[in-house]
Amino acid sequence: MSDSTVVGLHHEEQHHPELLHHFAEPQQQEDSASLGMWIFLGTEVMFFGGLFCAYLIYRLAYFGDFAAASQTLSWKLGATNTAVLICSSLTVVFAVYAAQQGKRTMLIGSLVLTIILGFAFLGIKATEYAEKFEKHHVPGPSFQFDNVPVPGHPDQMANRGHAQIYFALYFIMTGLHALHMIIGIGFFTWLLFAAWRGRFNPEYNTPVEMGGLYWHFVDIVWIYLFPLLYLIDLHK
Amino acid sequence: MFDNFPLWPDRASAAAGNVDALFIFLLIVSGLMSLLIFSALLYFAARYRHRRGVLAEQIEGSTPLELTWSVVPFMVFMVIFVWGAVVFFKSRTPPRDSTEVYVVAKQWMWKLEHSEGQREINELHVPVGRDVKLIMTSQDVIHSFFIPAFRMKQDVLPGRYTLAWFRATKPGTYHLFCAEYCGTQHSGMIGSIIVMEPAQFEAWMSGSPAGPLSASGEKIFAELGCVTCHRADTPGRGPNLEGIFGKPVQLEDGRTITADENYIRESILDPGSKVVSGFKPVMPTFQGLVSEEQLNALVAYVKSLSQPAATSTRTAAATQQDNSRGAGSQVQ
Amino acid sequence: MSMATATIQPVERENYLNKEYGVGSWLFTTDHKRIALLYLISITFFFFIGGFFALLIRLELLTPASDLVQADTYNKLFTMHGMVMVFFFLIPSIPAVLGNFLVPMMIGAKDLAFPRINLLSWYLYIIGGIMMLHCMLTGGVDTGWTFYTPFSTAYSNTKIVEAGLAIFVTGFSSILTGLNFVVTIHRMRAPGMTWSRLPLFIWAHYATSIIQILGTPVIAITIVLVAAERALHLGIFDPRLGGDPLLFQHLFWFYSHPAVYIMILPSMGVVTEIIACFARKRIFGYSFVAFSSIAIAVFGFLVWAHHMFVAGISVYAALVFSLLSYAVAVPSAVKVFNWTATLYKGSIHYDAPMLYAFGFIGLFTMGGLTGLFLAALGIDVHVTDTYFVIAHFHYIMVGGALMGYLGGLHFWWPKISGRLYPEGWARLAALIVFLGFNLTFFPQFVLGYLGMPRRYADYSHMPEFQVLNVLSTAGATVLGVGYLLPMLYFLWSMRYGKPAPDNPWKAAGLEWMTTSPPTTFNFETEPVVTWEAYNYDEIDSAHKQEVKVVG
Repeated sequence: MSDSTVVGLHHEEQHHPELLHHFAEPQQQEDSASLGMWIFLGTEVMFFGGLFCAYLIYRLAYFGDFAAASQTLSWKLGATNTAVLICSSLTVVFAVYAAQQGKRTMLIGSLVLTIILGFAFLGIKATEYAEKFEKHHVPGPSFQFDNVPVPGHPDQMANRGHAQIYFALYFIMTGLHALHMIIGIGFFTWLLFAAWRGRFNPEYNTPVEMGGLYWHFVDIVWIYLFPLLYLIDLHK
Repeated sequence: MFDNFPLWPDRASAAAGNVDALFIFLLIVSGLMSLLIFSALLYFAARYRHRRGVLAEQIEGSTPLELTWSVVPFMVFMVIFVWGAVVFFKSRTPPRDSTEVYVVAKQWMWKLEHSEGQREINELHVPVGRDVKLIMTSQDVIHSFFIPAFRMKQDVLPGRYTLAWFRATKPGTYHLFCAEYCGTQHSGMIGSIIVMEPAQFEAWMSGSPAGPLSASGEKIFAELGCVTCHRADTPGRGPNLEGIFGKPVQLEDGRTITADENYIRESILDPGSKVVSGFKPVMPTFQGLVSEEQLNALVAYVKSLSQPAATSTRTAAATQQDNSRGAGSQVQ
Repeated sequence: MSMATATIQPVERENYLNKEYGVGSWLFTTDHKRIALLYLISITFFFFIGGFFALLIRLELLTPASDLVQADTYNKLFTMHGMVMVFFFLIPSIPAVLGNFLVPMMIGAKDLAFPRINLLSWYLYIIGGIMMLHCMLTGGVDTGWTFYTPFSTAYSNTKIVEAGLAIFVTGFSSILTGLNFVVTIHRMRAPGMTWSRLPLFIWAHYATSIIQILGTPVIAITIVLVAAERALHLGIFDPRLGGDPLLFQHLFWFYSHPAVYIMILPSMGVVTEIIACFARKRIFGYSFVAFSSIAIAVFGFLVWAHHMFVAGISVYAALVFSLLSYAVAVPSAVKVFNWTATLYKGSIHYDAPMLYAFGFIGLFTMGGLTGLFLAALGIDVHVTDTYFVIAHFHYIMVGGALMGYLGGLHFWWPKISGRLYPEGWARLAALIVFLGFNLTFFPQFVLGYLGMPRRYADYSHMPEFQVLNVLSTAGATVLGVGYLLPMLYFLWSMRYGKPAPDNPWKAAGLEWMTTSPPTTFNFETEPVVTWEAYNYDEIDSAHKQEVKVVG
């Protein structure tokens, strides 16, 4: 870079090692990252939104069949997963706090716990998927859904085609969510290594905050998925 | 190549005049608007050409002008909107005593069946002056029934009925096109609408005798065993179908819907979705067991159970209607 | 009379082009200007592919019979023409080339907020492009670019999943570009560059970016659903299994309508800059033009089902969408009026960029007016799915967006390349494009009203359509020549063009206060803005006092 002067920055001055060259000062960089992450989460809302839209339309049209299909899921496992994710959001909050306070041990511990809880979620999801596979509830050529009564209407059998739509949406929605969890775990693993190497401190902890935002978002998506998918007409 | 060089389509239906009138209005409005803008552009471009020593005059704007040229066009747009909506409503509202023709679209042909029973492929004979209602469905993908001379178009969907109607006003043969891309032979899925004088049409009808569609529907109704549950004499396991067509029906879940073509069709293919109040969901599904043509016949049959006169008197009434109307465009 | 003055530079100064050499310095660059050029090359490549398909389509339609290619091939041709032009040319074009190059410079920044994500955007575009090329070379797709269900999910035998995935990947390129622009415009403006001092090109790109961010994910998920349905024989859109084909159409058009505003808004931004410069005055009604861009973006999300008036939606839904479609027409009209009013008491020069801007206003006005026809329910029933619609959107996309893109390329070419293009050839090309365009697409309005449906390989039963088709094809060949010319002379100018001064047009704007071409970091010192946008009065009166040597 030529020896020109740029407002706020002098060649001789020690500027923060994490400051990228095109930003004038660290605050600008952090504000940009934050706005960028919020916008990215906005795109994710729209992405999942299309799925939620399709789901809501079909649920309204085929309520009984969706209820029948939904009740083949284990709401207990779903509730457990919900608790797991909420706890993981708590550990994320601790991680962000620790990074802001410069508490390296707490940061590393919180990141580790978050990752473990993330894997716990995926593990429970995997057992749920395995059970669906065994029961032939995976949409496709081997899909079976015969003689399952509509909750509250014991003599009415659920429509196979409609049930398949439910499961198609179930797998796509929870599968997409799980994919986002995997990406999140990957990112947090990188955060763990970076934290281990002492990269984060009270002056610079933007990646931890951004990771936190992302993780909370993925959590919120699940908070919507759980009641919509698992809790249809359960009292019947 | 130059023998046949039309610049305006034939006008052969009652609705065509309405559409053309709005179109011409829009041509005039657009023409005026373009003239206004283009002449302003050209005039300014010439008048305010760069001249040595003459500087441009910086003008920030003018809020009154901005409001004017926002509000005035919007008001013009509203006029167009309302006019267009009125034309649209009329074109979407078949008159009550229209003759019905069932249309089944498939890759890559049109199968038509008059309610009197005549079947046609890629052709539709209609008499001048008669309201014709099309009840259409597709066997496979989405198609679209398009008659340019009638300014009429309606997509034809698999899994449900869509409706359209027209009243031909000029004898002749007119293009029928498929207007929704549907695969390899999309451009081959074309045919003709043949509009005849009423007398010629009667001759054509009697030339190919066939039982009315509702009669074949009645046969299928018996063959498939529908009559065992849907009885007119005693209360059966299914609702009595006499007189129900077109009337509101209360469903088991509390909703009230109208028993139209789509409801009848849905009840046959997916009986569990809209069960009538007071009945158990025991009806088996006939998905895969009936063809589209058979479904049309069954729908026609159920409709006939709601009509005051028998089918033969029905045709006579329709003929009376044609003769009193005569040929000639009637703008509604 | 050309406005450019030439200065001879004996020694080439360091700039972003010559700072580093080697393929690696280009493929791993984070300089927004180099990325803009990478995009320029790639989208030009896809433009000519899409254009080649268009040529074949028009050649086939010279004669009524399907005699040049078989129906299946023709169906693939119009599908690939649409997919390539929409997703790989029009959507990226101005934002990825001119936007990337100019947004940081116009606001006084050294780069975009996320330079590495900018490079990632380009790679995603290239990966999607390669996937699409592979798909085309191994069989292609025949569903139309709109890939309606159930034809695309259960009946077509072509490579829909692959094409869908290609578009999915490229879609993320669009999303990330939009994200980058919004953050940059919010956070990286130089001191004194307030929102009301921003060039309207920036406002237009801001509005475009909102649409890219909010709309593109919806088509992404739609593609996922279609791919899943095809691969696993699901029934989300298949009526035989309880699905609804109309749900697909709603999801598809929810993005694809706003997408057309992605394609036109940046072009409007370019035209605004050009008109201000070549009329030597501030745009008439700056705030109204700025807010019109935002209004178009917002309302653009509310009108999607006007593509579905005869698709089987209820009459009441149709009413609502027709009404809203008229609402979205108002801000576009307002812009046309403001551009025209800007010429009043201006001092107008007719260099090539201005010719393209004039062409834009004329053709966009015609395209927009025919949109009023389509929004009228009673008329749409007759003309939807016919050549009327094709003519309408080509007037806007080609007569509008593409003219704006070409005008912008010419306007900023001296800045981008450090060279002047040959003005005489440029004016000729603009004229050829304008005439060829009208000859190609005006007959199609007539064809549409006559009833010629779109996507027809064969019209041998309707020979009365032939004359208009022949006219259209004749126009297309002229148009093709008009597009080839700039490609040739731009390339020529890179080697043999006159070196460009820093500000050949004496234009307002921070980008013109840098060298031509600019240095890698754009500004030697961070600018501090104390003047309003389009300060042509200051610029021109200052120049009046200079002693000028006209070379």
